[in-house]
Amino acid sequence: MIFMLKIAVIGGRETVMGFKALGLEACPVENLTEAKETLRKLTRDSDDYAIIYIEENLAENLTDEIDRYKDLPKPAIILIPGREGSNGLGINALNAAVERAIGTNILEN
Amino acid sequence: MPKGTITPTRMVLNQQKARLKTARKGHKLMKDKCDELMRQFMDIVRQNKELRLKVEEGMTAAFKSLQVASAIMSPDMLEQALLYPRQSVELDVKYKNIMSVNVPQYSFRTKNDDPSEIYPYGFAQTSGELDDALDKLAHVFEDMLQLAQVEKSTQLLAQEIEKTRRRVNALEYVMIPEFEETIKYIQMKLDENESSTKVRLLKVKDMVLKDSHDFET
Repeated sequence: MIFMLKIAVIGGRETVMGFKALGLEACPVENLTEAKETLRKLTRDSDDYAIIYIEENLAENLTDEIDRYKDLPKPAIILIPGREGSNGLGINALNAAVERAIGTNILEN
Repeated sequence: MPKGTITPTRMVLNQQKARLKTARKGHKLMKDKCDELMRQFMDIVRQNKELRLKVEEGMTAAFKSLQVASAIMSPDMLEQALLYPRQSVELDVKYKNIMSVNVPQYSFRTKNDDPSEIYPYGFAQTSGELDDALDKLAHVFEDMLQLAQVEKSTQLLAQEIEKTRRRVNALEYVMIPEFEETIKYIQMKLDENESSTKVRLLKVKDMVLKDSHDFET
């Protein structure tokens, strides 16, 4: 099974700008509502995106939308740090997955 | 007492015994699956953590360079330089089966193989810092892709482990004890019936003997 799929990046204008040059689909958003709409558009209305990178500070308030795709093989929604650097949300998501599977967080140290 | 109404017959006893056997077998299989999933999961989680730290570090560095570039160049110029990408990336997705969980395997293909193609602008009017930033981003991109793959696998495996563990526990602590109790209950009832029949027969025998032969025991 081989599909040709696309990769999207959702984030602030400055964040996505660089990725655009690499050939990823850049989706600059100004605010949260816009981010939500973009994410919906990428996930629901189209089947072409296998990976969606989303800026952490936007993802913070979109957990409902993101969690919905957690258990599906496609798309993978991955948090990336924004321009201000990482705020630990990405690692938190990983810890949550570990906790879910094992019951306790064994990565703490 | 077992739940519901159970008719204590040999047929039901056999049925329950068969179900218990299946449940035990299922429990063992599920537990093995859970253990193996856990082993795979631990590998992937470690990998995930490493990659995430690496990617976050790389991206922070790239953004820093980009910030320097945007400080040197005017925003309009910067935007103009990056307006139209020359490179485009396509993604191949294959699915790998880990213990019945389909995890994606990504491999990407760029339209232009020339690595210098990531710069969608002429070098004359842009600063060197921008080149630097894009170069760093391009480097970190491969790790990002790997991260996406590993992170998705983590999520999918976590879900599967949760599901399997719940089944193992349900079998171990609910289904199997229930069957055992039912079997015990039926066995007891059957024994009881048997002994009461025996006693009745002995009594009848006594009565018959007494009637026909005036035989007293």
